[in-house]
Amino acid sequence: MKNFDYVRPATVREATSAAAKPGAVYLAAGTNLLDLMKGGVTKPDRLVDITHLPGLDRIEDLADGGVRIGALVRNADLAHDRNFARRFPAVVEALLSGASAQLRNAATVGGNLLQRTRCAYFYDPASACNKRNPGSGCDARGGDNRLHAILGWSESCIATHPSDLCVALVALDAIVEIEGRAGRREIPLEAFHRLPGDRPDRETVLEPGELIVAVRLAAEAAHFADHARYLKVRDRTSYAFAVVSAAAALRLKGGVIEEARIAMGGVALKAWRAREAEQILTGARAGTALFARAAELALADAKPSGDNAFKIELARRVVARTLALAAAGTPERTPALPGSPFAAISGVLTHA
Amino acid sequence: MSLSTTLTINGVTRTIELDDPRVTLLDLLRERLNLTGTKKGCDRGQCGACTVIVDGRRVNSCLALAVSHDGADVLTIEGVAQASRLHPVQEAFIAHDGLQCGFCTPGQIMSAIGLIQEGQTGDDPERVREAMSGNLCRCGAYRGITEAVLEAQKTLDAASRKEVA
Repeated sequence: MKNFDYVRPATVREATSAAAKPGAVYLAAGTNLLDLMKGGVTKPDRLVDITHLPGLDRIEDLADGGVRIGALVRNADLAHDRNFARRFPAVVEALLSGASAQLRNAATVGGNLLQRTRCAYFYDPASACNKRNPGSGCDARGGDNRLHAILGWSESCIATHPSDLCVALVALDAIVEIEGRAGRREIPLEAFHRLPGDRPDRETVLEPGELIVAVRLAAEAAHFADHARYLKVRDRTSYAFAVVSAAAALRLKGGVIEEARIAMGGVALKAWRAREAEQILTGARAGTALFARAAELALADAKPSGDNAFKIELARRVVARTLALAAAGTPERTPALPGSPFAAISGVLTHA
Repeated sequence: MSLSTTLTINGVTRTIELDDPRVTLLDLLRERLNLTGTKKGCDRGQCGACTVIVDGRRVNSCLALAVSHDGADVLTIEGVAQASRLHPVQEAFIAHDGLQCGFCTPGQIMSAIGLIQEGQTGDDPERVREAMSGNLCRCGAYRGITEAVLEAQKTLDAASRKEVA
């Protein structure tokens, strides 16, 4: 690991100033960053440790009924907050389907948004990667790419974003609060991650020194609580990244869908919202044929980026099944195997 | 550059001068404090052999920078037994053959102690397996590990009920 300067700011203002210098990165739990540094994938000159900053680790109920999740809230603390889990069960199922208990105890919400792709060629400094080394090419294109993107990819980069949390948050229109030297701004999470285009090295809309301070969900996001699920197909049942995942949230009245939200994970370099699919669900009677049509629409623009055409059909099935699970109702408690297609829940149609 | 960090490790508070900010909590324990019970497996957060309890939570010490954990309370495998009496989780691992080669065992035991404190699994073996998925055992002693966690949890529950009563 390359050596670095370690700084520990006492305030957000000190942090954004210290991190604005070239070569500086923020350190929160470090569960992704240290791994990348040990592998020589990232070589920062300066680590700005934000873990001791006060006030960023709270889950606050807002006066307007929304909730504000501080950037330093640990995944496990959010998942096990009863009030939050009751209102945003799909977010909790997504969180608990990710990583391991040890990692969830450390990893933060802000860090989750900023985690890097798990593309093996990005992780291997001997491979060409436009994201790690702009202009060097993309060895994933002709390489082992069964897990790579099927939506929004470019000739420069076919990587995916690995987050589960972001998929559920994007479905629920989460807002990211950002603080920089110029002050505070906020943007929808859906617009936070950039698609690769010809600059896959630019991953988010953050400017140098800008710091995520919180993620917010509006009161309306809790209206889906009775019909909200996250489903994640992986190569092993636990402690694995998604091959394909989906979050689905419905507002149902007498079997008719009043409002629908769908986002997919493992398919693109960002959590992918399926708005056209949401539109045909709105006002329609819930049912497997409708869910299959919605799934077709969700993947209408999908194209294999390599040996991964199977992911398109898999994603259709995952979307349709997640909708069926959501329609059947949020379980009383997150299943023993969160987000797993193998989780047995009585009364739920598991084969949509 | 000299960096100092104060840690309470197994009940003993010490201030440690670090000459290098790259030192992980794992390397600090093993290489500088001679607490070699915590194992280095993958060193990348994938195997769980380095699991310790920091401020009451199980974490991978290989992905924790020591300097960032200034002020933390750390419990390692060396700190769980009381004098000559093993911790109930240790006893249960022996009783249920929850190990073969033993390399992953300190991490498994620290993870199990964390799991029991978290109190999320109840007596459901599926939830225990899921909650232990961050600890790999290449010998494949998973069945014994699951049984050991379930029994230790029962023992500790009974003990805490007795304390309350």
